Amino acid sequence: MSAIFEVQQLRRNFGGLVVTNDVSISMAKGDRIALIGPNGAGKTTFVNLVTGNLKPSSGSVKLAGEDVTALNSMQRVRRGLVRSFQVTRLFYDMTPEEHVSLAVLQREGKSGRMFGSHAGMREVMEETYDILGTLGLTALAQSRVSEIAYGQQRLLEIALALALKPKVLLLDEPAAGVPQSDTGRIEQALEKLPADLAVLMIEHDMDLVFRFAKRVVVLAAGTVIFDGSPSDVTNDARVREAYLGSYANAGSAA
Amino acid sequence: MNETNLAGAVPRRKMEIGGLVGVAAIIVVAIIGYFLFPSNLALLTRIIGTALLVLSIDLVTGYCGVATLGHAALFGAGAYGAGIAAAHFGITEPLTMTLIGAAAGAVAGLVSGAIVLRAHGLSQLVLSIAVIHLFHEAANKASGWTGGSDGLADIMPDALLGMFEFDLWGQTAYIYGVVLLLVVFVLLRMLVRSPFGMLCRGIKEDPIRVHAMGASVNSTLLKMYVISGMVAGVGGALNAISTQVVGLDSLSFTLSAEALVMLVLGGTGSLFGALIGTVTFMWFEDLVSAANPFHWLTMVGALLIAVVLFAPRGLYGTAQHLFSRRTERSA
Repeated sequence: MSAIFEVQQLRRNFGGLVVTNDVSISMAKGDRIALIGPNGAGKTTFVNLVTGNLKPSSGSVKLAGEDVTALNSMQRVRRGLVRSFQVTRLFYDMTPEEHVSLAVLQREGKSGRMFGSHAGMREVMEETYDILGTLGLTALAQSRVSEIAYGQQRLLEIALALALKPKVLLLDEPAAGVPQSDTGRIEQALEKLPADLAVLMIEHDMDLVFRFAKRVVVLAAGTVIFDGSPSDVTNDARVREAYLGSYANAGSAA
Repeated sequence: MNETNLAGAVPRRKMEIGGLVGVAAIIVVAIIGYFLFPSNLALLTRIIGTALLVLSIDLVTGYCGVATLGHAALFGAGAYGAGIAAAHFGITEPLTMTLIGAAAGAVAGLVSGAIVLRAHGLSQLVLSIAVIHLFHEAANKASGWTGGSDGLADIMPDALLGMFEFDLWGQTAYIYGVVLLLVVFVLLRMLVRSPFGMLCRGIKEDPIRVHAMGASVNSTLLKMYVISGMVAGVGGALNAISTQVVGLDSLSFTLSAEALVMLVLGGTGSLFGALIGTVTFMWFEDLVSAANPFHWLTMVGALLIAVVLFAPRGLYGTAQHLFSRRTERSA
């Protein structure tokens, strides 16, 4: 099984402080991995290194066999490495329909067209409404994003990622800020992600992590201290010590 | 499937109607202006030239979120381009002069865009001010070409299409201006509705998100700057053709700032807003400067403060907002 996404010995220091310490993660098609770790473990830095927003001090990132370490974030997106944001980044004056069709147009290299409108492009509109339908956003397609609920904005974030047809998807806390009553819809959306898509999810909500991930990677102080199945993670002494703490104790007491 | 068709068809029809209404409105206002102020067509033509500058600012500020106080550089480049072509190279065919103006504006757009887009926010604004001062000073120093502070005269455009002389009353220039404005308006309306226009609006809202979609923010903005330069350049060329002189004031900070004020007055991010802002500002300016030549600027200032306080979306933006709220309530 060849890796679709391979991070090797990725390292980043800010002055004398090593924030990401020789992290290696490999993902195959269809993987569902959760990256967890206490606050300050270096998760965000890791995501920024992987997406190309930060330059690593050393190490490499490979996407579908190609070394993309020297490429900028835009070029990585075009090659299929797509991320979502922890805090929604959307165009609040635009509609979900415009968001998704813009992403579709961008993927097809048509976002620079200066004539016609997305609404007149049949295939674009069909794909857009397909994606919006999958996420249950059809009824809101023409509303302004500033007027839709936060949980729905989070779904739109996922819709945007899907419209770019990524090979690897980095989900940065997809359920962050969503009221408990709505996390179910986010989970449903995550379940519907294409089966061959490799997904790396960063998440604090452990229930979501255990339901979603087939594999868990734990980062603490910039180092990978665990990489294995979700069922083993709570029993791992180092993880307990570094991170889970009371959560693990509560689990064993029950 | 059905749903797709429905969702696509409705806004498209609305948009075509909106475009037709816009064209009709420009024509009606132009005809009213023609009959209401037959002795003041020169002012009306100047308004059209300035409207093209304001539209051009709207493209980068209203649609892309770029802050600029130096946009007259693009307008002035168009005016000097057309003027120099006529005065120094004997190119006096008005359509050719207009095209040269558009090209000169595009080059100025490329140059100032390349500089201004390197920064964001306040530093962007400061860079744009530096750009307009540099352009102004360059035109001042190159007096052999531009006439310096005396201005560039000897611009004698031929008859339009070989048939219509540019008359003393400014009728030909006015009608030519209206036609140019209509053409530019229709083209820009297409542009802002296109995928490119949508991408620009996205950049205005969140460039990081656009970047994360794999689109290049800077090259998109630079393209818009060049297009904006063409529009402003056409406005400058129209000014040169109709007044037959080009002065340093067409390349000034004052004009840049005034044009931005007109845009804010009308409402940013809409072509109608740019047009309404220009007409209102220049008409009001003409009116109060005739009524009270000493304190007219105070009155213009008071009007602006009133608009910013009570209609922060601008005249058109506020009207549109009120209208959409009312239709929502009645729906």
